[in-house]
Amino acid sequence: MASETSRLRFSSQGSVLLVEFADRDVLDEVAIRQINSELVRQIEAAKTAHVLVCFRGVEHLSSAALGTLITVNSLVKKRGGQLRLSNIKGTILEVFRITKLDRLFQIHDSSEQALAAFPRG
Amino acid sequence: MSTSKTGSDSGSVKVSASADELEVLQTSVASALTRHAYGEHALFAIRLAIEEAVMNAIRHGNLSDPAKKVEARWSVGADSAAFHIIDEGEGFDPGAVPDPTLDENLEIPSGRGLMLIRAYMSEVRHHGMGNHLEMIFRREAAA
Repeated sequence: MASETSRLRFSSQGSVLLVEFADRDVLDEVAIRQINSELVRQIEAAKTAHVLVCFRGVEHLSSAALGTLITVNSLVKKRGGQLRLSNIKGTILEVFRITKLDRLFQIHDSSEQALAAFPRG
Repeated sequence: MSTSKTGSDSGSVKVSASADELEVLQTSVASALTRHAYGEHALFAIRLAIEEAVMNAIRHGNLSDPAKKVEARWSVGADSAAFHIIDEGEGFDPGAVPDPTLDENLEIPSGRGLMLIRAYMSEVRHHGMGNHLEMIFRREAAA
């Protein structure tokens, strides 16, 4: 079942909660605060602990958005799950590399590859 | 906003604590960069640096005080683009900002704005007490 908010789209993909962005820019603080609270609420309510955040269509991303991903990563780990990221455009991938957050996150070229990498069961 | 005889575009915007004017600033700068045929990577880099600089100035400089403003001045020419972001705060020591790429800091959710500015801009200077940030993007640095 899929549900929609103004900033994010959520759906279940087997044992994984799939999160996609509605906006092409994930920059401004008000939007990121909204994304943060929506993500935390949905993850805490989800039956599964695994989360995939797909960046398809996202063109810009700020350090505040990186902060939200770090917070979400801690929450997912605390729940015994894995957070994986996918479909990150080259310019944004560069932001992850500069900040060395590509060492913290599991990043995949496509959501299919990411989904296949989660533990089964 | 104005355009000089040398073809340089410039302007200034006062940004309030709610950052409502930030999109006006970003749109004006992007239009000027496009007029001067800056590439996609330059537009990405400058948009990100402006966002980080203004939000740092609002949050850490003005401490989100609604009575205080951030002044953003910009100038875009054929070879380079310059930006001055000035807040009404008490300044800071840029050398004292922890390195967010160290293993022990990697999971701290904040503190990456200044690092991204330094990575994407050709020159970054702090004036006065640290509450005046100057950023220069040189075109040859663009990928």
